Amino acid sequence: MSKTFILKIYRGIPGKQFWEEFELTLRPFLNVISALMEIQRCPINCKKEKVAPVIYESGCLEEVCGSCSMLINGRPRQACTALIEPLLKAAGSGVLTLAPLSKFPLIRDLHVHRQGMFENLKKVHAWIDAEDSYDRGFGPRISQNMQETMYALSTCMTCGCCSEACPQVNADSAFMGPAPISQVRLFNMHPVGKLQAEPRTHALMEEGGISECGNAQNCVAVCPKEIPLTESIAVMGREVTRQAMRDLFSLPDVDNR
Amino acid sequence: MKLAEKGCKVKLISVTKCKRSHSVCAQGGINAAMNTKGEDDSPIIHAYDTIKGGDFLADQPPVLEMCLAAPSIIRMMERFGCPFNRTPEGLLDFRRFGGTLYNRTAFCGASTGQQLLYALDEQVRRYEAKGLVEKFEHHEFMRLVLDEEGIARGIIMLDHFTMKLDVLKADAVVVGTGGPGLIFKKSTNSTFCTGAANGRLFKQGMRYANGEFIQIHPTAIPGEDKLRLISESTRGEGGRVWVYGDSSKSIQTSDGKMIPCGKTGEPWYFFEELYPAFGNLVPRDIGAREILKICALGLGIDGQSQVYLDVSHLAEEKKHKLESVLGIYRKFTGDDPRKVPMKIFPAVHYSMGGAWVDWPAADDVDRWTRYRQMTNIPGCFNVGESEFQYHGANRLGANSLLSCIFGGLVAGVEIPRYVDNLATSYSQMPSRMYSEAVAKEEAFKHDLLTRNGSENVYLLHDELAEIMVRDVTVVRNNEDLKQAIESIKKIRDRYQRIKLGDTNNTLNQTLIFAAQFDAMIELALVMAKGALLRDEHRGAHFKAAFPKRDDVNWLKTTIATFNSGKDEPEINYRPVDVRYHKPILRDYATAKKIQPTLENVPANIPLPI
Repeated sequence: MSKTFILKIYRGIPGKQFWEEFELTLRPFLNVISALMEIQRCPINCKKEKVAPVIYESGCLEEVCGSCSMLINGRPRQACTALIEPLLKAAGSGVLTLAPLSKFPLIRDLHVHRQGMFENLKKVHAWIDAEDSYDRGFGPRISQNMQETMYALSTCMTCGCCSEACPQVNADSAFMGPAPISQVRLFNMHPVGKLQAEPRTHALMEEGGISECGNAQNCVAVCPKEIPLTESIAVMGREVTRQAMRDLFSLPDVDNR
Repeated sequence: MKLAEKGCKVKLISVTKCKRSHSVCAQGGINAAMNTKGEDDSPIIHAYDTIKGGDFLADQPPVLEMCLAAPSIIRMMERFGCPFNRTPEGLLDFRRFGGTLYNRTAFCGASTGQQLLYALDEQVRRYEAKGLVEKFEHHEFMRLVLDEEGIARGIIMLDHFTMKLDVLKADAVVVGTGGPGLIFKKSTNSTFCTGAANGRLFKQGMRYANGEFIQIHPTAIPGEDKLRLISESTRGEGGRVWVYGDSSKSIQTSDGKMIPCGKTGEPWYFFEELYPAFGNLVPRDIGAREILKICALGLGIDGQSQVYLDVSHLAEEKKHKLESVLGIYRKFTGDDPRKVPMKIFPAVHYSMGGAWVDWPAADDVDRWTRYRQMTNIPGCFNVGESEFQYHGANRLGANSLLSCIFGGLVAGVEIPRYVDNLATSYSQMPSRMYSEAVAKEEAFKHDLLTRNGSENVYLLHDELAEIMVRDVTVVRNNEDLKQAIESIKKIRDRYQRIKLGDTNNTLNQTLIFAAQFDAMIELALVMAKGALLRDEHRGAHFKAAFPKRDDVNWLKTTIATFNSGKDEPEINYRPVDVRYHKPILRDYATAKKIQPTLENVPANIPLPI
């Protein structure tokens, strides 16, 4: 007799959310996405009612796109890497709960709209200001150490898990969350990016910027790419102070970059 | 990006946030012959490797220009801040990849696609902040709006959140919608790679080329929801493929000899024995076929359809370079590839075929009255995996990222010229033209919502995928292909009798998929019919009954055209442009580093960068 488990999903549309349970067969290496795909094919809940399939966002299914962020047993993570058997074992339960991220506007079931995070990337100028796309020869040399750090920061998928976990990101605050702060660090450390460090750093000094970080350190605990977010926030915190000094004395060469 | 740079106002439609596009899955790297390792590499050799890798099916002028532009493209991406791996001296590092003997693949860890896409996404965001690009994410292309002369004048799109249809008027339309992996249900593709946009364009008269050429990547992790790619770079860094040998069994080498399958009970590194020159880095079609042969002989690990890909013996520094790929294996199987060999099996990966697009060569007389990357529908352009041009019958690893960026830059330069030469703009078009197009889509939507049969579109998808994987992937034969075509037609019939399990008008994914399925069926028929008719073995297309390449009869591009009066696509052919290098034997067992000669190469080819 094969083992089964219950997938308990908080679903519905804004203002009309409810819990619904589905019983599925447990298989080794079954992940949450496979379970949702199974429900899509045969959406019969535990009350034996035929319901609409559960709506969810997905993409690469290998944790490089950031599409499938959701709350799984209360913790924000990617659904594709959420292997069911180990999660059930860790919780000592035969029930796995799924819920949509709570810090973003809900569209339907497990699909929220994370546009706000991309607006923040615009706010902090998260790009290199290359004026055009022509070949202007090789860029400056970059050490392997530097490349390793930049690479790690560049893997941010804008998945929203850090914002979800952060207590300072909520309906009463304009805090941009950890991810854009870490992106500023990335672009400011790039040998060409740093020529435009000032506008990026200034963006962190406005309302919703770095001063609203409360040091809960939840972000780094949930980041699926293991980006050193708290390290980035610390680095940028220092940068912001130095920038404030430069602004005060209006001398761009104070404390040489 | 290029269009905005040239002052065009761009509206960007994507079913997902642009940053989540399937390009993020590309792992291994991007090719450019920059000769940084003193190997006497050059773009000419790169072009030769690509043309030969494609089994001489690709028209050669676009391939040459892509390879000539590649070094500039790498420097452009570096300029955008893409964090390529570096040598100890701080210069760009390059590694070796499949189908070549040269180190010409630039890479970012083992997730190059992610970093390249992000760098371009950031540049587009910069233009977005300036007001030159407007994004419509979570929107889907449903139909081209064509005027009386058949010129593209805009699109109808569906808002995934509200399920509302809307018009976008335009002077030109560019489609870059990637591959059709979801037709096979399980592949290395992302879940939105349905091929539906191309299928819809096909139904509106866009010609589709070389549909039968589907690349099966040799190394993927078998899985229930997806076949996860293990990058060719694992082999590039020294990973070895093996199974336990069985000297009682034998296998044929590429020059016809029969050899024993290794020594019983000992690791048998079959690629290294069968292809001494390229070893584990043979091109993907050869790799996939060989692995399937090995498993068909009963040599698969634990008697199953899987072989070992072993990196456990590599130096720590190499394992570190592969970390993100090894991490994927670890996350989804629980085994640590640093200690034990990975179990892998071939998977549907990439479509060499796609929209037919034009390429007036640099020295063609009518170069400036034709437009590169434009489909046969005037004003409709196609770039990236969704078009057919650069890879012939088989794509070399790390050439896809290159062809996407190159094709995009080319289109970004050709389109402003096309728009400048347009006699009339969309603003002069009658609004009736747009409202009629919307009405057609509204009618289709209403039709799907009210179909009241007993079929489940998801289960029909499972059936379609089973047929496609069984009959239209690695090993093909005409009896099975004929049957497959009839079975697909039956599925198309039953699709008329589906019933959607969801009639909600917020983010109705069942309705969205049901609409896509219509287009997917048409492309499936294009692939199967092209495969049925092509009686030869070329690149990824293999038939046991026709084991040799047949240039006399088949050195031609398959062109599929939709005919609403027939229940199958019409298949015609176009000659292949082999102006630089005549087709030769495609041999990877004994190739040496040679200096190929390309003839008739024009001097001073202007590049889009």
